[in-house]
Amino acid sequence: MPALLEVRDLAVHYADGHGGPVVAVDELSLDVPPGEVVGLLGESGCGKSTLLLAILGLLPRSARVVNGSIRFRGRELLGLGEPELRGVRGAEVSIIFQDPALALNPVRRIGSQVAEVVQAHRRWSGRRCRDEALSMLAEVGFPDPVRIHDSYPHELSGGQRQRVVIAQALACRPALVLADEPTASLDSTTQAEVRGLLGALQRRLGLAMLVVSHDLGALATLARRVLVMYAGRLVEAGDSARVFGDPLHPYSRGLLQALPRAPEPGSSRERRVPSPIPGSSPDLARLPAGCAFEPRCADRLPACVDRPPRETRPADGRQVRCFKYGG
Amino acid sequence: MVRLARRALHGLLLLIGVSALSFLLVELAPGDYFAEMRLDPRVSEATLRTLRSRYGLDRPLPERYLRWVASLARGELGYSFAYGQPVGPLLWPRVRNTLLLTVTATALAWMLAVPLGAWWATRRRGPVNAGLAGVTAALLALPDLVLALGLLLLALRTGWFPAGGMVSLGHEQMAWSERVGDVAAHLVLPVTALVLGILPVLVRYVRAGVADALDAPFVRAARAHGIPPRHVMFRHALPAAANPLISLFGLSLAGLLSTSLLVEVVMSWPGLGPLLLEAILARDFYLVLGPVLASTLLLVSGNLVADALLLAADPRIRAAGR
Repeated sequence: MPALLEVRDLAVHYADGHGGPVVAVDELSLDVPPGEVVGLLGESGCGKSTLLLAILGLLPRSARVVNGSIRFRGRELLGLGEPELRGVRGAEVSIIFQDPALALNPVRRIGSQVAEVVQAHRRWSGRRCRDEALSMLAEVGFPDPVRIHDSYPHELSGGQRQRVVIAQALACRPALVLADEPTASLDSTTQAEVRGLLGALQRRLGLAMLVVSHDLGALATLARRVLVMYAGRLVEAGDSARVFGDPLHPYSRGLLQALPRAPEPGSSRERRVPSPIPGSSPDLARLPAGCAFEPRCADRLPACVDRPPRETRPADGRQVRCFKYGG
Repeated sequence: MVRLARRALHGLLLLIGVSALSFLLVELAPGDYFAEMRLDPRVSEATLRTLRSRYGLDRPLPERYLRWVASLARGELGYSFAYGQPVGPLLWPRVRNTLLLTVTATALAWMLAVPLGAWWATRRRGPVNAGLAGVTAALLALPDLVLALGLLLLALRTGWFPAGGMVSLGHEQMAWSERVGDVAAHLVLPVTALVLGILPVLVRYVRAGVADALDAPFVRAARAHGIPPRHVMFRHALPAAANPLISLFGLSLAGLLSTSLLVEVVMSWPGLGPLLLEAILARDFYLVLGPVLASTLLLVSGNLVADALLLAADPRIRAAGR
């Protein structure tokens, strides 16, 4: 089946005041098949959010797509004009931002903010848009959609606001939802709730999703496929169970050890103490000539400093960018 | 409502404070209305004493203050020596004229400032940005007095607008509609001076507020949902930016009021300004206090209006006041 979203060789640079460009995304390719959840893992500042904004054509003025293509249903999104992009945003591809407290306008009622997404894409009466907003609020699990409809954002809890943001994102039944750390700003019980809701909606509506997250639990339960990103590039990709169970790239391994993980139910493994990766993520304006992870890597080889490794496929369905696997 | 009532109480206390302080300050100024008569050899010391005691000027300060407060309650606001009548009836038409000028100028200034500032906020680079930055900087640097005099000169040279006063000769004989037109023509010059004086400040505030709102995460979220730009501006950015601008509205009224006093004198608009100047020069004690008190009252009411608007615009403030 052809992929719903195809990103090929994407490179995004930010202009910064100090000489060279900041390479936020480089040589990045990924596919999101219809109805499937793809997880994207990486440290803050590795270019994940830039990628999501690039897909929607919402990059800030200082950023420039210097190479590559982004196709949605075979249609090239890069270079589309604002009116065409507006037709895609929210209707075919929508996004759930990280902090729901910031994603909602503080001085407007919840209902109007959900209804206006419908109104932007459908030639429906105000009444019908309102009804749609109400049914959307019910669909994301509010037992009393009318009360929520008439509330202001500050009257809701973090979890409720995130449900509202999800309702906005799904209001026009998009085929693809981008989620930028959808649970990061919530407390852990709410996280589990929102994660469950997203999973249920994804299955019910047959949504394709690209989920950026630190939350290994969320990615492990939601995503079929996982991509690991470091310094603007994908360093590893594969089936989520296999990437989490047997990470190939030294960075993936370090990342999995660095992130706290609740013991899975029924697993005999003891809780381990998270251990951080030594060093810090590289300055994207001064990337080394070789592998960007080389300075922090425990397994470095002599070849690592000369040039960046190529992508190789050491096993079925696995991709990795490391000299250990012949890159 | 509680919040508004509290603000109204604050305003009342402010009025009382201003009345007492200005009474004291005017009292501290040397000399009084009758001081100059002393220079006249034909006026005897005894006559002066009689005059002073007739107007109660020989009483102790607290007593005079209380008498004045009592006359406030009667709407007289003391007695003008120069006009030989209570201050109240002198004041009301002046207050009306000053109000006409400042309210028109405030309304016009805001009606221009909001669209202009919002438009500017969407153009952060390029010729629009540079042009507006230059024009507002120039207007900011220009003193109000120079602006008023310049406009006066323009009016005199071109004859496009009446160059002073509030009505033409023969105003009383005009039909109702002609009278309105006549006053409107006379309003053009002072209103232009006031608007040009405050517009650059307002435009810059609106621009900064709307620009901040446009950079807010919820505006990016709205754009990510495919909301059209005009809705992003009118439903998201402007309502979110309204809060500080409404507070500024109260301040702008204060600014316009004080500039108005000056412009009124320059353009001989029969408002509080010329009356105040005249009263100060003549040391017409109670007539000085009248316009001061009236301006304070206008100011306090303006701020109350701003508070009410703020309550209407921001649900978070409503929640906090509950």
